[in-house]
Amino acid sequence: MKKLINDPANVVPDALRGIAAAHPELRVDHENRLIIRGDAPVRGKVGLVSGGGSGHEPLHGGFVGPGMLDAACAGEVFTSPVPDQMLAATKAVDGGAGVLHIVKNYTGDVMNFEMAAELAEAETGVQVVSVVTDDDVAVQDSLYTAGRRGVGVTVLVEKIAGAGADQGRSLSEVADLAKKVNDNGRSMGLALTSCTVPAAGKPTFDLPDDQMEIGIGIHGEPGRRRVPLAPASEVAEMLVSPILADLDFTGGDGVIAFVNSMGATPLIELYVMYNEIAAILAKAGVTVARSLVGPYITSLDMAGCSVTLLKVDDELLRLWDAPVNTAGLRWGA
Amino acid sequence: MNAAVLTAWLTEFARLVSSHRDLLTELDSAIGDADHGSNLDRGMTAVLATLEKESPPTPAAVLKRTGMTLVSTVGGASGPLYGTAFLRMATAAGDDDTLDGPGFAKALRAALDGVVARGKAVAGDKTMYDALAPAVDALDAALADGQPFDEAIDAALRAAEQGREATTPMVARKGRASYLGERSAGHQDPGATSVTFLIAAAAATLSG
Repeated sequence: MKKLINDPANVVPDALRGIAAAHPELRVDHENRLIIRGDAPVRGKVGLVSGGGSGHEPLHGGFVGPGMLDAACAGEVFTSPVPDQMLAATKAVDGGAGVLHIVKNYTGDVMNFEMAAELAEAETGVQVVSVVTDDDVAVQDSLYTAGRRGVGVTVLVEKIAGAGADQGRSLSEVADLAKKVNDNGRSMGLALTSCTVPAAGKPTFDLPDDQMEIGIGIHGEPGRRRVPLAPASEVAEMLVSPILADLDFTGGDGVIAFVNSMGATPLIELYVMYNEIAAILAKAGVTVARSLVGPYITSLDMAGCSVTLLKVDDELLRLWDAPVNTAGLRWGA
Repeated sequence: MNAAVLTAWLTEFARLVSSHRDLLTELDSAIGDADHGSNLDRGMTAVLATLEKESPPTPAAVLKRTGMTLVSTVGGASGPLYGTAFLRMATAAGDDDTLDGPGFAKALRAALDGVVARGKAVAGDKTMYDALAPAVDALDAALADGQPFDEAIDAALRAAEQGREATTPMVARKGRASYLGERSAGHQDPGATSVTFLIAAAAATLSG
C-alpha cells in the first residue's frame, strides 16, 4: 500500500484536521467528526444534513456551505457514520425549520440514519425528514437486493435541495425537491482498478490489467460483471445504454450530464469519455442542458468513472444555477 | 450468570473478533467492503473499555452499555444490528442480579428478534441471521429437552457453525453483498461468521 498517510487508523481524523486548517469558514467538530457551516444554524432555514463513509471526497464534507449542505457526518472509510454523529449534526444545524437527512441507499447508512431520526425526535423534538437516494441502474431493484444504491445523483440532490432551502422553502417542499431529483436521476459506473481501504492495506478485489468491472458502486464492492477492456467509445455505450433504457430522457428541458471520476481517473480521460457520451446522447435525441465533469463522488484511489443523467425542468435548472459556495462546488457566489 | 460472567463472555467475544480480524475482513472483501473485521474489533475494544470503567452492576446494565457502545462506535450495518441485538437482550434480561440458563436463552431470542426488526432479514438471505437463528432455536430446544445449560450452549454453537457453513452457497439478498447477485455464492458470510464467535464465546465462558 502506497498512501500519503500517517497511520491507517487516523486517516479520517487527520483529514478532518486538514479540512479545518484549509477552510476556516467551516466549523469542524472533531469529537463527532462533523463538518458544519461556520454560520450554522441559519435561522428559519431548513437544515440539510448528509453523511456517509469517508473515502468519497469531496462528497459529503466538501459540499458543506451556502447553497448546499449545512453539515456532513464523516464515518470511517467506507463505513456509515453512527447515530450519535447524525444526532449532533441535526442539533447543530436546526434553525427552527426542521432538518432534512439525505441518505444514500446503503444498508448501514439507512439503518444508522433511521436510528438517528428516532433519537432526534425523542430527545430534541426537531422535525426530521429523510430522503434516500437510489439511482444506480446496475442494481436490480427487487426483493432480492437491498434496492438500488445511492450514487452520483446524491451530489445533484445536495446541490438542488440546498438551493431550495436557501430560497426559504419548507421542510416538506425541500424534501419533495430532493425526491424529485432522485426520481429523475439515473447512474451507472465502472472500475478499471480496485481501491485500497487504508485499514485493509491491500486492494478490495483483484481486477486483471486487461479487464474492467461494470456496475460497481462507490465502496470498492465488485460490480455485476467483468468484461475485457475496450475503447472509450464502447465503454461510454456500456454506461449510457442501461441509463437510457431505464428512463426516458428525451424532450422537456433536457438533462444535466454528470461524468464523475472514481478517484484515480484523470480529467483528461473524463473528457474523452464526455465526448463519447455527448455523441451518444445527441444520437438518442437527449439534449444536454448542463454538464458537470470531475471527481465529485469518489471511491478512494479507484480508477474508473460513472455517468449520471438527471432529467430537468425549468425549476430544477434554476436551482442548479443558483449560487453555491462550498469547498467542492462553487459558482455564482 | 451475573454481570461479571457476562463481562467475561463479552471479553472472550472481543478476543475472538480481534484474533480473527483479518479473516472477517477477508471474507468481507470477497462480497462486501472489507471493513467488518476492523469495525467490529474497534467496537468491541470500546465495549471492554466502557465495561472496565463503569462496571455495570447487573446483566441488563452490562448488555445495555454494550449495545449503546456498539451503536456509537461500529457504524456500517453491523453497528445498528449488533447494537439493537444487545439492547433487546438488556430489556429481556430484566433487573435481576443474575440470569439463569432459560433467562439467557430468552435474552438471546430477543436479540434475534431485534436483528430481524432492524435488518428485516429472513432465513437464507446470507446474513448473521442464518447462524444466529439456528443457534437460538437449538439452545431453546436443548433446554426444553432438559439438557443442562453447558450442553445446550454447545448444541447452540454446533448449530451456529452449521448455519455459518450453510451461508457459503447462498446468494445474498441483503446488504452490500446482494449487489453481486449470483456472484455472492461461494463465499461464507462475514456476519454469520462473527455471530458464530459470539456463540463460541458463550460456550467457552457461560454455564447455567
